[in-house]
Amino acid sequence: MKEATIQIDQKETLINKLGTKTKKMVPSKAALGGSLKKMGISFLSMMIFLIVWFLGSSYLFNIEANVKIQKALQDQGEVAAAEMEACIKSGDKSCQPNTLPSPVQVWGAFQNLIVDHKAISAKKAEFAASTAATNAQRKAEGLSAITYTGRPSFIDQIITSLKTVFVGFLISLLIAVPLGIVMGLNENLRVAFNWLIQVFKPVSPVVWLLLVFMIVKTLTLNSDMNTSFIISSISVGLCAMWATLVNTSVGVSSVNKDYLNVAKVLKLGVWQKIFKVILPSAIPLIFTGMRITVSVAWMVLIAIELLAQSPGLGSFVWEEFQNGANDSNAKIIVAMFVIGIIGFLLDRIMFWIQQSVSFEKVMA
Amino acid sequence: MKNIFPFYLITFVAFFIMSCGGTSTPAASVDTSTKASSSALAIEKPQLTFGFIKLTDMAPLAIAKELGYFKDEGLFVTIEAQSNWKNVLDRVIDGQLDGSHMLAGQPIAAGAGFGRQAELITPFSMDLNGNGITVSNDVWAKMKPNVPKNGDGKPAHPIKADALKPVVESYKADGKAFKMGMVFPVSTHNYEIRYWLAAAGINPGMYTADNIQGQVDADVLLSVTPPPQMPATLEAGTIYGYCVGEPWNQQAVFKGIGVPVVTNYDIWKNNPEKVFVMRKDFAEKYPNTTIAITKALIRAAKWLDTPGNRPAAVGILSMSDYVGADSVVIANSMTGTFEFEKGDKRSMPDFNVFYRYNATYPFYSDGVWFLTQMRRWGQIPEAKPADWYSKKIKNIYRPDLWTSAAEALVKEGKIPSSDLPATDGYKPATTDFIDGKTFDGKDPIGYINSFKIGNKDIVQ
Repeated sequence: MKEATIQIDQKETLINKLGTKTKKMVPSKAALGGSLKKMGISFLSMMIFLIVWFLGSSYLFNIEANVKIQKALQDQGEVAAAEMEACIKSGDKSCQPNTLPSPVQVWGAFQNLIVDHKAISAKKAEFAASTAATNAQRKAEGLSAITYTGRPSFIDQIITSLKTVFVGFLISLLIAVPLGIVMGLNENLRVAFNWLIQVFKPVSPVVWLLLVFMIVKTLTLNSDMNTSFIISSISVGLCAMWATLVNTSVGVSSVNKDYLNVAKVLKLGVWQKIFKVILPSAIPLIFTGMRITVSVAWMVLIAIELLAQSPGLGSFVWEEFQNGANDSNAKIIVAMFVIGIIGFLLDRIMFWIQQSVSFEKVMA
Repeated sequence: MKNIFPFYLITFVAFFIMSCGGTSTPAASVDTSTKASSSALAIEKPQLTFGFIKLTDMAPLAIAKELGYFKDEGLFVTIEAQSNWKNVLDRVIDGQLDGSHMLAGQPIAAGAGFGRQAELITPFSMDLNGNGITVSNDVWAKMKPNVPKNGDGKPAHPIKADALKPVVESYKADGKAFKMGMVFPVSTHNYEIRYWLAAAGINPGMYTADNIQGQVDADVLLSVTPPPQMPATLEAGTIYGYCVGEPWNQQAVFKGIGVPVVTNYDIWKNNPEKVFVMRKDFAEKYPNTTIAITKALIRAAKWLDTPGNRPAAVGILSMSDYVGADSVVIANSMTGTFEFEKGDKRSMPDFNVFYRYNATYPFYSDGVWFLTQMRRWGQIPEAKPADWYSKKIKNIYRPDLWTSAAEALVKEGKIPSSDLPATDGYKPATTDFIDGKTFDGKDPIGYINSFKIGNKDIVQ
């Protein structure tokens, strides 16, 4: 009888599990309706944002244009003012007011950047072809190949930024997680490190950069390594690691006492205790810390790249500002959106990873 | 823990190795067998990186690259924009750049004891002239009544700082500091704006051994701003004027935020401006490469000053790899005109000189002028004997390298032998200054003592 009830129970749970699984796979009509509604609302708010932006930029443009025309009128007279007005209307580069670009201009700048990337890729291929012979000879002599001597395109710069943030994030993890675990396990260490964390957490990325620069520059003095990449990734790592460190230490120190008692009862060794009981229990907090670290890393990356002269998005923005050309402002706004979208995607990736290793439902 | 963790760990580590491995630049090794295509020189280091600041006078570098002059010498050159002059100096000294477009004062100060010290040399002078002093619209409105008019009813040029003096005094009376910007403490801009102000009796501030801000006893406070940020700081009202190279003066006119009042051509006709600098040990380690670089740059400078080539140069400079400003803004000064007030364009064929008047030859007398000004304003805090000046400059300015490169070009038939100046390195004494003073490179102490404002040395 008992076996029979057990079998029936097992079957019921199996059916329930299947049921829930199929429920998850095929969304109900209500769920579908709900997500369509959400997409609709997002779309509508995006349209409203674009309209407000367009109206705002037109308003600012008109103010600047009027100031220019008035100035021409005051300084040089009616004829010059009429000329200025015609010039501005015609879109001639020599007299355009320097103001917030409109969505149309930003889209145009984005397309230009893509075209530019294709042109540079073609140039790279051409360069590789023309130096193929020289490089073959150099290889035969045991020397390094001649690399492309042109500037990186926008897409190349995005990739450099992503690589830098990735390496920086790993450096943060490698420092913060072990240190956080050790701190979390020991009350005295927590107190000992507390002042250090509080004092160094608010330090600006620029200062970290200068500090790292001083050290790395001396260590790499006679080598030909890519120092600006190393400096930027280490600075990003040091700047961003504090959230993970604090959260790991809190997560580890606040493991449920019951779990620790189970570990004592089962007489688990130190490593087993850490990996089987403490870490899984602390994962939500550790991952929250890691998600904050990724977003901080992405944010400080831009400022650091600018100063470390690493060829990424940060130096793209700074160079466009220095160019001061007609479409520079539009390109800077393109970079802003790209930075934002990539930051959003990075956060989504972290969320997805957290979901897959976590036992509980993750907060979005 | 769910068992996917090891999978993620491996993925992370794989990415890490990939991104680390792919980013180190290839080692630059000494190679004595790669031949240049048209010269007989064996290039030791064909892959080079040069720096520059976004100013129109980086043109020789851009032209040498775009027109293939570097390639002709067997060099593969990457030209990278830098964010400010300090960065340029640091990166050349630390070896991240093989050479750079620099202010004429930078290699000199690095050898003379002001700022970061290092052994730098200049085999090539990049251009003459090319700077302007711009003031805000407000200040111009107050200056204009003080400027005498010429026959057309327009302001008579050159405008001396005498027109600015009453404005500075009225600001002082109101208790407001009169701030102006320049690009670097040892820049030609700093010395030129100081010369211009001091010629009218305005004290631009002194440097002392303890205070290197340069604002001791100043009537006008000078501070450092990187060139691309100058129009923005002028607009914001943080400074009331600045001295900078192009296109930043014409940018102010285009954007309607300021008015250029004088150019450095007016302050000192055909003054030295930018130089190409490399480390002394680079030139010693790679002598053939150094000559090859100088040859390519001399050819580029000659191309720039050949009539009819400037419009093409403007097109190249407006590429975002180089200066990046709109062609329309760069065109003015590069093609022989300069716009002062909006609508007041005057002819200035010598605003940028790259090759004529022996512009590429690094004259010792030019270097000595900078040393005298460093002493005048106190960047060199103690008096130095007259032979210190000539000895110092001989280590830094290297006309011997220029001459080797020029002679090689003459042999290849690329330049006529008449382009080589017959000189001992010192230009003859000149009075081509806005205040008519005489400068003789062979008498630095006498020159320093001839000024009303500035340090004086006991004649030895």
